[in-house]
Amino acid sequence: MAETLIQKIVAQQAPAAAPAAGAPFIRIEDVSLYYGASKALKNISLNLDEKVVTAFIGPSGCGKSTLLRCLNRMNDLIDNVRIDGCIKIGGHDIYAGDVDVIELRKRVGMVFQKSNPFPKSIYENVAYGLRLHGMKSKSDLDAAVEQSLRSSALWDEVKDRLHSSALGLSGGQQQRLCIARAIAIKPDIILMDEPASALDPIATSRIEELILELKKDFTIVIVTHNMQQAARISDQTAFFYIGELIEFGPTAKIFTNPSQKRTEDYVTGRFG
Amino acid sequence: MNGTQARHFRADKFDFWSFFFSGLTGLATLFIIGILVTILVNIIYNGWSSLSWHFVSTIPTDLFNMKTTGILPMIVGTTIRVFVMTIFVIPVGVITAIYLTEYAPNTSLITRVIRAAVNNLAGVPSIVFGLFGLGFFINFVGKNMDLLLHNPTSVWGRPALIWAALTLAVMTLPVVIVATEESLKAIPPGLREASLALGATKLETILKIVLPQALPGILTGGILAVSRAAGEVAPILLTGVCTYMVGLPHSPTDQFMDLGYHVFILSTQSNDIDATRPILYATVLVLLMLTFALNIVAILIRARVRKKLRALG
Repeated sequence: MAETLIQKIVAQQAPAAAPAAGAPFIRIEDVSLYYGASKALKNISLNLDEKVVTAFIGPSGCGKSTLLRCLNRMNDLIDNVRIDGCIKIGGHDIYAGDVDVIELRKRVGMVFQKSNPFPKSIYENVAYGLRLHGMKSKSDLDAAVEQSLRSSALWDEVKDRLHSSALGLSGGQQQRLCIARAIAIKPDIILMDEPASALDPIATSRIEELILELKKDFTIVIVTHNMQQAARISDQTAFFYIGELIEFGPTAKIFTNPSQKRTEDYVTGRFG
Repeated sequence: MNGTQARHFRADKFDFWSFFFSGLTGLATLFIIGILVTILVNIIYNGWSSLSWHFVSTIPTDLFNMKTTGILPMIVGTTIRVFVMTIFVIPVGVITAIYLTEYAPNTSLITRVIRAAVNNLAGVPSIVFGLFGLGFFINFVGKNMDLLLHNPTSVWGRPALIWAALTLAVMTLPVVIVATEESLKAIPPGLREASLALGATKLETILKIVLPQALPGILTGGILAVSRAAGEVAPILLTGVCTYMVGLPHSPTDQFMDLGYHVFILSTQSNDIDATRPILYATVLVLLMLTFALNIVAILIRARVRKKLRALG
């Protein structure tokens, strides 16, 4: 296999974090998902460790976004969806009958493909989740908003216009605002559904830097179509194809020495 | 490249049908504008001279005598019934629309039946609403209220301002429901998802994200409802309007005089049509101006809301 750009990227990357001791943080056990009669996810099992960036890659329609949305139960919103199997986060089955979906979504934040700031001020966007979960004091809110904006590398750009509309920000800034909004309520996990796919290369690289920074505090699962991106930022990579998990392992291995033929074909650009 | 000389961009022949059809659309538009202008010019030309401060600010003693007549009670009656209607129709319409777009299972039979019912409601002739108001609000609700409250004489069980306003609210309900539904559907699903993903409940998402965004659309529904209701006579005919009463209405259970109905009275009940005509024109002019003014108020409110949404606090 000739050395590709992606392999160079992987070679430059720091060695993947050593797997954390003890039980994996997110356990996906034999999960199947049906839209009506069609089976969109086929018996997927996957264990993700804490404070690790995992990339879900695969061609469109392979189920990677669907699986991502299982992790904060956003699929609940769609009619006719049925899920078999079990997903445990921190040891708790998130599809158990007594699970409070609100609590779950507080712990599992999400950033969407299309940046979707609320048509409110920058400040109110970040404060929205905090207020929902009961933060009232102005000084607490101010501090939390500032901290979230700093963590998402947006503070310096917006500190002088916190109270103007979030819709006036550029696409990349809006997406970082969505990240600030997600981390404001201090989740354990951040799900990112192609967070940079609508952004230019400079905005994309800022998001990528941010993800590497956020990895220190959060467990991140990112769906991406951009394989160089997956190679640059993830520690582990899962490759999906038509609803099946084909291969899962350290990112370096997936991109340089995959065990499956289909993975190799995909990461080298032969199909997909 | 042979033959390029033969290709040019000039029309080879006069396209009669294109010309005919564009002319036809223009004529049709002109026709509509012509009718509108004729009506407005006629009313303003004939009504303006009889219009006076005395006319609009006097409680009449003789409806058909220019010297002693006035239309203050009609202006007051029409304005109040439209406002009271708005107070009822907007909440009920908005809540129904929220149910239909946010809660009702989209494909279920019940939802489809409700949608069809709303659409059919919009097609019911307004006099039928008048009969409905008489039968339901006055004879059923009102009469039973009198029974429950042990009123010695009928207080609620007779035509009244409140029943006329409620009848109009029922009539304009589809307008508000449809306008609200459209504005709710126009809100990007991404906003709802973003709110839910932050751990908001469905109710919090609707109240804090969806409704503020839908407000201008809801107000558009309100404007349409006001326009429709201000000039309607048939629904109030049996539910609250009266030909003549002394003074202004004081309570929701009073009857009231109405501009639209007064136009009907003036054109049909006068002994001397020629003497009444100036009063009639002036009344019609005031009715038009009042409808216009009510619309302007609603449009100004909407403009304020839009501005606030754009500027954001």
